[in-house]
Order: sequence, then C-alpha cells, then structure tokens
Amino acid sequence: MADAPSANADNNAAEAFLQGGSLKHAPGPYFGSYGGRWMPESLIAALDELEETFDKAKEDPEFRAQIADLNKNYSGRPSLLTEAKRFSQHAGGVRIFLKREDLNHTGSHKINNVLGQALLAKRMGKTRVIAETGAGQHGVASATAAALMGLECVVYMGAEDCRRQALNVARMELLGATVIPVTSGSQTLKDAINDALRDWVANVDNTHYLLGTAAGAHPFPAMVRYFHEVIGEEARAQILEQEGRLPDAVCACIGGGSNAIGIFHGFLDDPSVKIYGFEAGGDGVETGRHAATITLGKPGVLHGARSYLMQDDDGQTIESHSISAGLDYPGVGPEHSYLADIGRVSYEPITDSEAMEAFRLLCRTEGIIPAIESAHALAGAIKVGQRLADEDAAAAAEKIVIVNLSGRGDKDVATAAEWFDLLDKDSAESEIGKEGEQL
Amino acid sequence: MTNRAQTISKSAAAIDKARAEGRAALIGYLPAGYPSVEQTIAAGIALAENGADLIEIGIPYSDPVMDGQVIQAATTEALANGFAVRQVFDVVAGITSKTDAAVLVMTYWNPVVRMGVDEFSRRLSEAGGAGLITPDLIPDEAAEWMEASDKYGLDRVFLVAPSSTTERMQRTVDASRGFVYAVSIMGVTGARTSVSTAAKDVVAAAHAAGAERVCVGLGVSNAGQVREIAAYAEGVIVGTALVAAIRDGGVDAVAALTKDLSTGLSRDTGLTEEEA
Repeated sequence: MADAPSANADNNAAEAFLQGGSLKHAPGPYFGSYGGRWMPESLIAALDELEETFDKAKEDPEFRAQIADLNKNYSGRPSLLTEAKRFSQHAGGVRIFLKREDLNHTGSHKINNVLGQALLAKRMGKTRVIAETGAGQHGVASATAAALMGLECVVYMGAEDCRRQALNVARMELLGATVIPVTSGSQTLKDAINDALRDWVANVDNTHYLLGTAAGAHPFPAMVRYFHEVIGEEARAQILEQEGRLPDAVCACIGGGSNAIGIFHGFLDDPSVKIYGFEAGGDGVETGRHAATITLGKPGVLHGARSYLMQDDDGQTIESHSISAGLDYPGVGPEHSYLADIGRVSYEPITDSEAMEAFRLLCRTEGIIPAIESAHALAGAIKVGQRLADEDAAAAAEKIVIVNLSGRGDKDVATAAEWFDLLDKDSAESEIGKEGEQL
Repeated sequence: MTNRAQTISKSAAAIDKARAEGRAALIGYLPAGYPSVEQTIAAGIALAENGADLIEIGIPYSDPVMDGQVIQAATTEALANGFAVRQVFDVVAGITSKTDAAVLVMTYWNPVVRMGVDEFSRRLSEAGGAGLITPDLIPDEAAEWMEASDKYGLDRVFLVAPSSTTERMQRTVDASRGFVYAVSIMGVTGARTSVSTAAKDVVAAAHAAGAERVCVGLGVSNAGQVREIAAYAEGVIVGTALVAAIRDGGVDAVAALTKDLSTGLSRDTGLTEEEA
C-alpha cells in the first residue's frame, strides 16, 4: 500500500493511540478519514432510521436478551476454541488455537450478523429483507434468518455465480427466498450489491437491506461489527480461561472484513496482542489478479463508504480475483482501512496456492475442512508462526496464535477436489469443479 | 443560495431565461462517450438547438447505483469502448463552444475523488462547464466540493427525494447552487408511464425551504409529463428517453425528441412561443 504502514508495522502507533483512549466500540460514521455516507439522498432517511433503531436496541435489555438467546439456542454459541496441535507443528511450532465459527448454524460467522439485522428489521416494521451474495453463504444465512423470523427474502447474486453455485441457489429457495440473478456490470458480488441498492431505493418503505459485511454506509460498518463482536469476546475469555493469558497474535481473513473485525475487536485494546488480517492475493499481487484491497488499493468511495478500494486511474472499480468467492470483493470495510493506517493491524496478501496448501494441511492434521476463506487466515498464521520461529525457536513454542476459522469448507469441496486433481477426469464433479462450483 | 452565488451561476441564468419566457427549463441528459465522444458532442449541440436550456453530461462509471438498465447499458458500452474520465471535459468544451446552453456534469463521486476534487473542478471550469450534479454525494460529505465549487464558480446540484426530511431538505437546499434536483420517485433512472405525485410534494418542500429553482427528474420521458411538471417546477430533466433515442436513432432522434419535449414547457398553452 502506497501511503500506509508496511506489513510488519509495529504497534507504536496503536500504543500512542491507546494513550488517548480505546479503539473498541468505535461508533462511526467515521473511522479516521474512512467511513461516512457516500449514498444517494433517497436512502439517507432509511439509514437514519436504521441507525436510530440500532442505537436504541443496543441499550435495550430485551433486545440483548433476544440476541443472547438466539446465539445460544439457535446458532449454537459459544463456538469452541480448539487447539490445533498437529497443525501447529507446520507453523514454526507456535501454539495455534482455532475459533470455531465453522460450527455455527449455517456453517460460518455470517449467522451472527443476519440474526441481529433481521431482529432490527422486525423492530422497524419491515416485512421484507434483501441481501447480496457472492458464493451464497450470506444469501443462505439471510434466507435462514428470514425464514426463522417470517420475513420475505430476496437475494441478489451474480448470474455467473448462480450458475456455478446452483446448489446454494437451491438452498436459498428451499429456505423460502427468491434469488435474482444479476446481469448488470461485471455480474459479480459488487454488481449484486449495486442491484440490491437499486431495489432498496425503490422499496425502502417495507424493505431492510441486510448487508453481509462490515462495509457500506453508516451505520452498517459499526453495526455489523457489533453483531460479530461476540467472536472476539468469546475468544478472549476462552483463551484466558484455557491458558491463563492473552494470545500473542490473532489472525483472520479479510474480504469485506466482518469476521475479522468481529474477532479483532476483542483484542484491539490489548497492545501485547499483534493482529493480522489476510487478504486474498489471488494469483499473486504482482499479477493484478487478486483482491488485496488494503495492500494495493487506494482510498476511494464505493457502496457508501470511503475506504481502500481497488480502482484504476479513473476511479473505476477494478474487478477482483480470488479462488475464494467470499473474499472476492474490490472494497473493504472502513474500520480496517483505519486500523491499517494507524498500524494497529497488519494486512498481508495470501495467494490462492498458499491458502489451498493450508486448506489441505488443516484437513489432514486436524480433521477439519475449513472454508477456503478461512484457509487464508490459516496460511497467514503459518507465516506468522514461522517468523516467530526464525526469531527464536525456543520462544516460539510458547507463543499462542488464535485463528478465526470463519467457516466450514463443505461448500468448497468441488473447488478443492479440482485444485488437488482428485477427480476422475470424466466425472460430473470434475466438470463442475472446473467452473469453480462450491457444493 | 446566496445572492453572490446566483450572480455567477450559469445554471440559474439558463433557468431564469426560460422563466422570463414564461416557461420551465428543459434539461437533457446524455452519457459521455456513448456511442462516441464526437456523437455526444453532436447530440449535445442538437439538444441545445432544439429547445434544451441546460445539458447534463454523465460520466460513465463502473457502479452506477442510481441508474436503471437503459443508462447502465449505455455507460457500460462507453466504458468498454475505452472512455476516459478526462474526455468529459472535451465533451463539455465541445458543446459550450457551440451553444449557449449551460452544461453540467453528472457524476458518481469516486471518479472526482480519484482525479482530485480541485483538479477536476479546475478542468471543468476551464472547459466552460456550469457545475456538477452529484447523485451519491450528500452535503454532509461535500466539504471539499463546497470549497472547490466556490473557488471555481461552479454550481452544486444536490438531490432531494420524497424521503428527505424537513431538516435534510433545508440542509440540501442551503448547500445547493444553481438549482435543486428533485427526485420524482423512490427508485432509479428509467422511463415511467406516469410521474409520481410525490414529485409535486418534493418540489413544494424544496420551495418551502427557500429553493428558487427546483428541477424534476427520474421517469420523465414525454411532452405530456413535461407539461405536467412545468406547471409546478422551474425545470424538467429528461434522461433515459434521450439515451434510448441516441441508441435507436442517433443525433437526429435526439433532435426530434428534444423538439417534442420542449412543446410541454410552456405553463400557459403547452407550446413554446416559437411554436405557438
């Protein structure tokens, strides 16, 4: 990144910031110079209504009790914190702990946010929710929450993704949602967001836009983070209980950045904890085919917020590339841009190859198939562990690294099977895998 | 809108000239570079020669969230043909050098941010442009643009919508210069069979907040709708219908449609003085 700290920036800037106060619970609309509301006037009233509803709900014991009940009795929280002892041997011998968001209902962290927003939609008297989705995870989670709460649900999904993710489309439809293929622009996740925004402008009276990541216009970044803060709170309490101390590092993958901001938040005010966000490096950042927004992007405005953005010299959004559909987005949440600039969090790219190696390693050493998104965080943790071992091998064995395992990899089996050439050339699955299908 | 601002506003002057003729102003939209930069200039000149008082030139953008399918298709094609943002200044200069129409640029904000707000404003001013219409920039985020538009004497056309609260209406009217763009309907651009009754209410609210010039856009495509709006607004904005015209019939079709639309401008007879 041109004018931001290097990947190994130390925490001096963050510590200096901490002299003046906490990095936690940043309310928005701005995170440093990022965030805000770069939105059509038509939607400002809806954003105001959402902000007001959210602010009231946060302070309402009944709302907090509803969230706690859903988290415990529907999603299956708290998610486990599992030590990955055999995997750790491949990461310089540091002790790696996995925050098991893969064990949540619907198989990823996404459920935390959709349940919270669906409750807010009900509070606002909205009868319909709309959502965007790339691979389908957020779409499935949104359809799930809508089914649970009796809301109409419409999901916008790139036409090509619909074809490749036919089973996820079927999943959403089984849950009662309507999936609308998006044929505008580049027909990818960003265009699905564009079409969802167009729908929202036209139907804002009865519709809530259930945005899937900690990006977009205020109050979305702070609100989505709020619903995911439970990840970091649990992880911090669990490591203190299990090991009696804080971790040395926390790692997460970053697309829009919702799972990452959720776990990071628990540790932002602990200066001894280094925090790492791993972006999708795709074919390699030098190839131009990647989604490493903070690493190589420049500040701009897209989808309602000022943040790092993959854009050309004219300010046109550049299409991102990643083997992981969940990280394949040319923007990033504004709070991450801020945390990068002040040096509190280090952001680094992980290539498709590095992620897939870590994917296989976790399968074979721990018996856990991770989402390819989460495999980026695992690959990053291996790098962090090896660096620590290079500095001092004996000391490394005492280090604790928490990785947010944001989702399970069942959906990625065909992609992985194709990547590792596990399929009979003539099999139907092989044909599907070539197209990037995620089952 | 301060008095000082009004004296330098090209948009206000164009609207006031129409008002002096007892009619509303006609504002026509064309996307730059569709189907080519030369055609956009020719179509802009045709707009001015056939009754448009102001011309709105859109910058094709990768993520046009306020546009419907017709304009999306046109701007996507312009980008695929290699349109570069700096070419919008060639379009503006090409039209202002040949006509008296006030020429504004309609743009999503990121291309302006990328070039630099001051640099963009300076070049627009040098090209003879009147100002900017900014569909995804609200006054709350516009500090840099307020400064640059003052420095270069450019109009700031912000949007107001049926959903705008009284407080936001006031804030937006106060921040605007030239005119206020009243969104007729909760939705995106595109021709509609009828103009929402909400449009009249939005215009009344903008007037009540002190706006002297309010122009209505979104969904307006024919002379009948123009006539309806001309009865209560200072200007009528037509976009999608003109884009469809240039798509289907080139510059000649733009000229013919503009001539037809302008028949709806008069508040009295439904005809312009020339045609009456």
